[in-house]
Amino acid sequence: MTMKTVFKRTDGLTDKPTHYCPGCTHGVIHRLVGEVLEEMDILEDTIGVASVGCSVLSYEYFNCDMTQAAHGRAPAVATGVKRVLPNRFVFTYQGDGDLASIGISEVIHAAARGEKITVIFVNNAIYGMTGGQMAPTTLIGQKTATTPFGRDVAIQGSPIKVCEMIATLDGAAYIERVSTHDVPHIQKAKKAIKKAFETQKKGLGFSMIEILSTCPTNWGLDPVESLDWVKDNMVPVYPLGVYKNSEEVKK
Amino acid sequence: MGKVLMKGNEVIAEAAVHAGCKYFFGYPITPQSELVAYMARRLPEVGGLFLQAESEIAAINMVYGAAGTGVRVMTSSSSPGFSLKQEGISYLVGSELPAVICNIVRGGPGLGNIQPAQSDYYQVTKGGGHGDYNIPVLAPASLQEIVELTQAAFDIADRYRTPVIIMGDGMLGQMMEPVDFGERTEIEQFNKEWATTGTRGDGGPKIITSLELDAESLEKRNQNLQKKFALIRENEVRYETYQTDDADYIMVAFGTVARITMNAINRARHEGIKVGLIRPISLWPFPDKPFIETRDRVKAYISVEMSAGQMIEDVRLAVNGRAPVDFYGRTGGVVPTQEEIYEKIKSVAGGVTI
Repeated sequence: MTMKTVFKRTDGLTDKPTHYCPGCTHGVIHRLVGEVLEEMDILEDTIGVASVGCSVLSYEYFNCDMTQAAHGRAPAVATGVKRVLPNRFVFTYQGDGDLASIGISEVIHAAARGEKITVIFVNNAIYGMTGGQMAPTTLIGQKTATTPFGRDVAIQGSPIKVCEMIATLDGAAYIERVSTHDVPHIQKAKKAIKKAFETQKKGLGFSMIEILSTCPTNWGLDPVESLDWVKDNMVPVYPLGVYKNSEEVKK
Repeated sequence: MGKVLMKGNEVIAEAAVHAGCKYFFGYPITPQSELVAYMARRLPEVGGLFLQAESEIAAINMVYGAAGTGVRVMTSSSSPGFSLKQEGISYLVGSELPAVICNIVRGGPGLGNIQPAQSDYYQVTKGGGHGDYNIPVLAPASLQEIVELTQAAFDIADRYRTPVIIMGDGMLGQMMEPVDFGERTEIEQFNKEWATTGTRGDGGPKIITSLELDAESLEKRNQNLQKKFALIRENEVRYETYQTDDADYIMVAFGTVARITMNAINRARHEGIKVGLIRPISLWPFPDKPFIETRDRVKAYISVEMSAGQMIEDVRLAVNGRAPVDFYGRTGGVVPTQEEIYEKIKSVAGGVTI
């Protein structure tokens, strides 16, 4: 009997088991990025930049050269790498605490400069690693360790919509928000990630994919409820879709 | 090439180019901005790249990224900006990446002013950022010396995989002197197999990180770093002595203050006071040897600084209680005069004259 391989591990990831909580979609997103790097045959031409937060150990999971950056600084580190090695693919993998809070300056300016890097921005509306505190992306009314009565606009302000903001910058070439709450959306997320790397390959400018993700542990929900929470609560606040798509290099 | 008249900040930049530095990520701050501007014009001429970052924090992290690819890379700043770079510097040490960072010190604390000072001594020699670490610090006293020390800074950085600091005061950055860059010498090549340049053709993925979640593993890492620091202490001490052989009193000063002190010493010698100078060139590792050699016969050491007294602690450690250690310092960007230092020598020497 001949066996046909219908599904296999991607070469884009190492064999190391990840540390992510059950129901967290970091693992799914890792796999999507790994598959794209493998399918584009660029694993050996890629340098990834890991963040601080839940994805701090992502340098152990991606099967390419990796550098670990300080909290929020990944786009600056990636800038340093890419400016020295313009023919390599450079991506950052950052959560919302890392990117939207302490690192908001670095990501805005990397986008404004049109750095030819790809930012994978994982938004789960909360700080995961430090134990479920408010993120800039925390929804209004959402209870976290530091908004125990729910995020109040009068006190903590409103969520930052990163795609909408970055898309206003001329250096941003491809900006899309996707989600991981069901299989069709996961497939769309992969296409978006591929598009971002292709944008980098063409030298069009800065690309960023924001991916809505789960945090069952800190949300206090089970994995299935968490996927529903993304769909029902996050998607309405963070509308999915392409926010910027430049087909030409900015002169 | 012959001698050219240049400003200190520009000499540092040109010397870096001579040392093979092709990448510079900077942010303007007085009194070092000429260095940044010089690199912006100069690096494209040698096929390099200058990038003005959005902040000192971004600049040092760009340096971190570039250093990880194995190239010679540099940034520079002045005191308040240097404080911001400390985060990235700690990461450079933790990840064992080579880079050169120049700090042209101004008066502080806080925003302070833009006058020359040496009050970042603690910050550059005692770690500065978080964690257990030391960084080689080179303190030139003349623009000519900058040429040699900048080259040395890049070599030390590559040899030990460490950031290296060049520290000067605002006066050194702003003064003009004739400088000879000499013949371009061969740049020493270092093994950089650790660099993250894409894994094509050279084995599996490489990782640059300072994270080590297991306590004992991190302790092991720290022990290895400490071994490296010990090696640097052994090999990279630099200093100069001036008229210390018969000296009853020894002044201790670095950078431009050492030059002013030397003039005061000449005057005191003329008056019959046997006084000499120890000029630390490497602030870390601090040169203990000239103190050990003199401390049992010298009547007193006098540390002269443009600070409220920071290097004096290292002087005391080197003297180890074998002789009195006195101090003269000005702060806030005030440069001590030759006259003031001479008066200090006279008062310590008890007004001894022939």
